[in-house]
Amino acid sequence: MKLAYWMYAGPAHIGTLRVASSFKNVHAIMHAPLGDDYFNVMRSMLERERDFTPVTASIVDRHVLARGSQEKVVDNITRKDKEERPDLIVLTPTCTSSILQEDLQNFVDRASITSNSDVILADVNHYRVNELQAADRTLEQVIRYYLEKARRQGTLDQSITKEPSANIIGIFTLGFHNQHDYRELKRLLQDLNIKINKVIPEGGSVKDLQDLPKAWFNLVPYREVGLMTAIYLEKNFGMPYVSITPMGIVDIAECIRQIQKHVNNLVSNEKFNYEPYIDQQTRFVSQAAWFSRSIDCQNLTGKKAVVFGDATHAASITKILAREMGIRVSCTGTYCKHDAEWFKEQVQGFCDEILITDDHTKVGDMIARIEPSAIFGTQMERHIGKRLDIPCGVISSPVHIQNFPLGYRPFLGYEGTNQIADLVYNSFTLGMEDHLLEIFGGHDTKEVITKSLSTDTDLTWNYESQLELNKIPGFVRGKIKRNTEKFARQNNVTNITVDIMYAAKEALSA
Amino acid sequence: MSNKISETLTFECETGNYHTFCPISCVAWLYQKIEDSFFLVVGTKTCGYFLQNALGVMIFAEPRYAMAELEEGDISAQLNDYEELKRLCLQIKKDRNPSVIIWIGTCTTEIIKMDLEGMAPKLENELGIPIVVARANGLDYAFTQGEDTVLAAMAHRCPQQILLKNKKKIIQDSSIQNFFSFLSSEKKEERTNKDLEKLKKNPPLVLFGSLPSTVASQLSLELKRQSVQISGWLPSQRYTDLPSLGDQVYVCGVNPFLSRTATTLMRRRKCKLIGAPFPIGPDGTRAWIEKICSVFGIKTEGLEKREEQIWENLKDYLDLIRGKSVFFMGDNLLEISLARFLIRCGMIVYEIGIPYLDKRYQAAELLFLQETCKNMSIPMPRIVEKPDNYNQIQRMRELQPDLAITGMAHANPLEARGINTKWSVEFTFAQIHGFTNARDVLELVTRPLRRNNNLENLGWSDLTKKEKK
Repeated sequence: MKLAYWMYAGPAHIGTLRVASSFKNVHAIMHAPLGDDYFNVMRSMLERERDFTPVTASIVDRHVLARGSQEKVVDNITRKDKEERPDLIVLTPTCTSSILQEDLQNFVDRASITSNSDVILADVNHYRVNELQAADRTLEQVIRYYLEKARRQGTLDQSITKEPSANIIGIFTLGFHNQHDYRELKRLLQDLNIKINKVIPEGGSVKDLQDLPKAWFNLVPYREVGLMTAIYLEKNFGMPYVSITPMGIVDIAECIRQIQKHVNNLVSNEKFNYEPYIDQQTRFVSQAAWFSRSIDCQNLTGKKAVVFGDATHAASITKILAREMGIRVSCTGTYCKHDAEWFKEQVQGFCDEILITDDHTKVGDMIARIEPSAIFGTQMERHIGKRLDIPCGVISSPVHIQNFPLGYRPFLGYEGTNQIADLVYNSFTLGMEDHLLEIFGGHDTKEVITKSLSTDTDLTWNYESQLELNKIPGFVRGKIKRNTEKFARQNNVTNITVDIMYAAKEALSA
Repeated sequence: MSNKISETLTFECETGNYHTFCPISCVAWLYQKIEDSFFLVVGTKTCGYFLQNALGVMIFAEPRYAMAELEEGDISAQLNDYEELKRLCLQIKKDRNPSVIIWIGTCTTEIIKMDLEGMAPKLENELGIPIVVARANGLDYAFTQGEDTVLAAMAHRCPQQILLKNKKKIIQDSSIQNFFSFLSSEKKEERTNKDLEKLKKNPPLVLFGSLPSTVASQLSLELKRQSVQISGWLPSQRYTDLPSLGDQVYVCGVNPFLSRTATTLMRRRKCKLIGAPFPIGPDGTRAWIEKICSVFGIKTEGLEKREEQIWENLKDYLDLIRGKSVFFMGDNLLEISLARFLIRCGMIVYEIGIPYLDKRYQAAELLFLQETCKNMSIPMPRIVEKPDNYNQIQRMRELQPDLAITGMAHANPLEARGINTKWSVEFTFAQIHGFTNARDVLELVTRPLRRNNNLENLGWSDLTKKEKK
């Protein structure tokens, strides 16, 4: 047992559901007790989804506990098959159902006989993998299922497209700025004259998965999800993949050079040369290279920062801060413990120390000890920052609704470099401004405002009403006090009791 | 119109495929209510993830709750539960020193049959801190019923009412009996003396249900106006102040989802339950007070006028909702009382979805609902227990209600299809009890309607792509 009230990565089934509900016309059925369908709330609220989340639960209740699910799961699958006619139904076990040790594969086999949809059982162990690992696995499982099916049916066409083309793997729902990153990647590939073959799982149809091998190569922008799929495709179809995250000027260039290498391997006569493009973009389209030379950024030299997040974002941001902006990264870390080796290798030489943990109190203690000028982390670090009065830029999941902005905010590609530069710069200046305010005694407007609002009064609050007033949350207390006193004056009451308070509320809200 | 009205309420039961919060969410409001408590949820990552996301920013305020996250070793019994729980509880004691630790059992502890009730007394002895066990799991309960399981467990911890054995008390008691049999014809004389007498005669009354302290004191005040003294609340602000219970104590619920607590109070603590409608809406509040007073043989004063005045204050909102229709998808058990109040406000209720309906505990409320429908000449709504969300959405497509009261999972998709929604959870967290807060309920109900008054003419109420046939 572990004492905890915060976790960075969610339970495994969340990863599976994120992948399943990202595909078009795929339905997930959770084998779960009442209340475990919280995923629907997150997707509906955070992503502001207009459509019903294609996830339902086959409820595990007291009866199931006593007699087993029996027909229930099969019935629920066939019912969903009739109602929604999905292409694929993914039966998703949860941590509760996995200890029941029912033979879910058997349900899947039975249900697939009667239903028109394909039915698979998500193959994840809830006590060994987290949300991200599960998402990676499920994606690979779905791809494998459809490619093998196509191969069996003889519909698999392995010839590659005429023009250079790519699959983008790993864009999906509830991912940190994934929608914006996707747009930016599309633009990048377009600039390089590379067609996009398929994007999975977001918005993709499982019927089209057999076309995946037509692309020249695969692009896996995020470390956490998609790598297993890319490796599978490389092994079985000889497709090369690029897994360098195009985040930050140096890594974008590196990523493009890799793409060039793969593309040139497959063309015969004229070779592609992206160097002029990289040079043009770096010096004039992205403002980040110029920003690093500007006086603003000079002032950031040697300032201390702490970075924490998922492996992809924490590693990239660390490299950007240290290599591209001259900021001193005192500590960088990730909660992706399963990928610690890769992470350490990436940030080697760019930071003073490395922290691999999924315990937020350790991260908090580290930040308190280092006292950086700015933090780049998740929502948790933002709150740690609030408590310690250190500004924080959010660079990775887990996130709140404000990290699903409506405006265009990619982290990848050349526009991404601009966004990151803004984020970094704004975090530091805010900190600086705060600091200066403290030295010069702060803005002096506060006191004037309260003075004009406070009323030196003829009114007295008796003991009970004062107690009652103190129970009211701070941010509305002043308003309630003023309203009550106004009401008391209008009614010629000088002694304010609890009765008067409520009477005032009733009268004024009318 | 009138021929449409069926005389009785119809009850249906569907598949139970509906969205609601897990009952462990009760820690969110209970830890704030019981100031010296600590809630330990014994469960998995899934439970933790739910709490973390559902409670949002509260997480960051160093809350007095935590997960005892079960790992593979706990599930396969390679680790000793007792030793593990002891280690965690010792740490909690050291860090927070609470007056009580409440263990919330979850689905997982049920399935692996972890004997929390058996371990608690042993550990309680060793630790010197009371440990209360509540099984608020998704296998058996929905959302607000979590509070019910906690309060039912806590009812066992309330001290025993000390029996007053002096003669005077016995005489008083018999005079209460008299009150019941011959209703007060001769009592009208000697008012002032009587008022004093009444206060004395008032047998102990304990209200159960967790309410924000301001709402609790508002309700206490309303009763005090009718010379009814409240001797305690379950739960109290502090665990150490739990009210005394015993066979002379009257109890009354303030929330519709507390049926287990009511049963425990009656059967185990021998209390007398006052079955009343719940004090939600001015009509409910008045009926609630009247019922309590009638049990104590007290004639209410000025209640009618007070209710009228509250309705008067609500006029602007009533104009907005009169004649509009509403559909409750059902997820928090407040639905019957809210529907009854909204019908009294002039709304038409198509369907009342509800996770679980205890017809005995809610008897007075159901009766009141029926009467209200008759008085307002509105067809009786269908009550659907354990609803099926998919079917409900089909029905809603047909009925096109003006407002759907629904969980967060369906709110945005329904809005995109042009159906106004109000999140049902807000009713659990907002202050909705008593006369004073009637306006707050309508504030919530009318918000989508008021918002849409502003947006109506823009021409983009349906925001979905055409669905393929």
